[in-house]
Amino acid sequence: MKQNSEGLEYNNSTVKMVIGRFRKHKLAVASLYFLCFMTVLAILAPIISPYDPNKVSTSFSAPPSLAHWLGTDQIGRDMFSRLLYATRISLFVGFATTVISTVIGVVLGLIAGYFGGIVDIIIMRITDTIMSFPYILLVLVAAAIFGPGLWNIILILGFVDWPGAARLVRGNVLSLRETNFVKGNIVAGMPNRYILFSEILPNTIGPILVYATSVFAITILDEAALGFLGMGVQPPTASLGNILNGAESITILTSKFWLWVPAGVIIILLVLSINFVGDALRDAIDPSAKE
Amino acid sequence: MIKYIIKRTMIAIPVLIGITILDYAIMSLAGSPLEMMIGPKTTEAALEAKAIQLGLDKPFYVQYFVWLMNVLRGNLGYSIKSYQPVSQIIGSHLGPTLLLMGTSMLVGLAIAIPIGIYSAVHRYTKRDYTLVTISFFGTSIPSFFLSLIFIYLFTVKLGWLPSSGIKTAGGDEGVADLIWHLIMPVLILAISIAGSNIRYVRSAVLEILQKDYVRTAKSKGIGRFLTINKHALRNALIPIVTVIGMQIPMLFGGAVIIEQIFSWPGLGLITMNAITGRDYPVIMGVALLTAVVVLLANLITDIVYALVDPTIKY
Repeated sequence: MKQNSEGLEYNNSTVKMVIGRFRKHKLAVASLYFLCFMTVLAILAPIISPYDPNKVSTSFSAPPSLAHWLGTDQIGRDMFSRLLYATRISLFVGFATTVISTVIGVVLGLIAGYFGGIVDIIIMRITDTIMSFPYILLVLVAAAIFGPGLWNIILILGFVDWPGAARLVRGNVLSLRETNFVKGNIVAGMPNRYILFSEILPNTIGPILVYATSVFAITILDEAALGFLGMGVQPPTASLGNILNGAESITILTSKFWLWVPAGVIIILLVLSINFVGDALRDAIDPSAKE
Repeated sequence: MIKYIIKRTMIAIPVLIGITILDYAIMSLAGSPLEMMIGPKTTEAALEAKAIQLGLDKPFYVQYFVWLMNVLRGNLGYSIKSYQPVSQIIGSHLGPTLLLMGTSMLVGLAIAIPIGIYSAVHRYTKRDYTLVTISFFGTSIPSFFLSLIFIYLFTVKLGWLPSSGIKTAGGDEGVADLIWHLIMPVLILAISIAGSNIRYVRSAVLEILQKDYVRTAKSKGIGRFLTINKHALRNALIPIVTVIGMQIPMLFGGAVIIEQIFSWPGLGLITMNAITGRDYPVIMGVALLTAVVVLLANLITDIVYALVDPTIKY
């Protein structure tokens, strides 16, 4: 960021430098490969899963075997297939929520930071208001009112998650507005829309990307927590959270590991690798701000 | 200084009003209290009479205003399920939650601050990278999954720790018993608090360590211990305090899940019960209370920040 704070957008050489610095983080590179692998598995779930995830069979709660790699659940559904579909749903929820909340946050942050005055005050006070509520409480209440379900969960998480992005973008816009190239644009009489989206936005894309990775990680955790509490994606659709919901029963917890441990491990690995990627990305984009 | 405090308070007021509006709007969205009273024998006329009695025939803003006046007088309404006043329900469950959250925060910081400093002092070494990587685990493990593992290990397998409630039923009610029940939930919350704070502490201390006055202190030859503890740590505490203030809503969110799993009789547990039972007055009472607490905490943080850091402009 530093070397082009006066310059134009991220051009090719900047992107190359960012990639180069990112590659130095071995753990992050490995995490990125892992995430790609999981994404491919999730996308191809309908093709590679050995069974229909919702098909009931007669082998109830069978331990892992050659026929069922990760065993079956209480009503005889193949756990491996269910986990594939659950990963697909959880990644989808994470991705869609991140897109929705980032878009809302970026637009509001750009407007607040660029126009200032009363618009800024109103937007920032709304942001503060939403941030004051315990996040999970708002989500739980909204899920209770609108009913839990895939799209409701995505929309609820998306509409609650944006304040952080709005604050971040606003802060960046405030400092970018003082730079000469933006001032030059204003003096030249360029339209606001052009300055906002073609000049300011590209220069703040790095921090936004880093922030989006953290939203992605948090959303996967939240979806899991909601599912665990029975307020998330509803069965029979499998999600990583609602699979873990079964572990509230003591017999499953103590004697049927295959029904809860794999889902938990997948959540941890996904969130951990997203966090590692985000951290390395922060470092690669802004090496001056070494943590 | 006084001008600054007044300015911060003025900013907090619209947020406070926003909180009450949002709270009231959600409660209205949830449905009218009449719908929840309808029984097989309720007549139209009785409903209408009830509506007038409750003031539901008046416009939205009048109803909001009446509700707000009641809230200001400490009347948060009545639970739909138990008919108890909401303020009474909250009052009787506040203690356990404060105990749980407070202890977790202390334990979490007691882990995070020394590790964060150690990491910063030994920056860019293997030990530093290892600690930072471990801290990522703390933030990436869902608290409920960690709870399941802990319950399996310490309750089911080893039988060391109780997995539910605040005291042994029928047993002694001493402090030892309470601590016994506190260990697991506190440990789980503390791990996630420590996970996110290690990196904040580390980066705060790192920044201070690069300041000129720390270099001066070091060159005076007062030794590493004094340099770090007297000069660096005190100044690093300022940003750390701010971050902690911002984490209170998150901490409460974590408490909701942990209280549910460990049957801890606090605000989180009654909130979760209220959510499943659709007892909106209770839910929104808790939401209102926590939002106001968060707002006050942020206000106090801002003021403390200004008191501690003389470079802040009022």
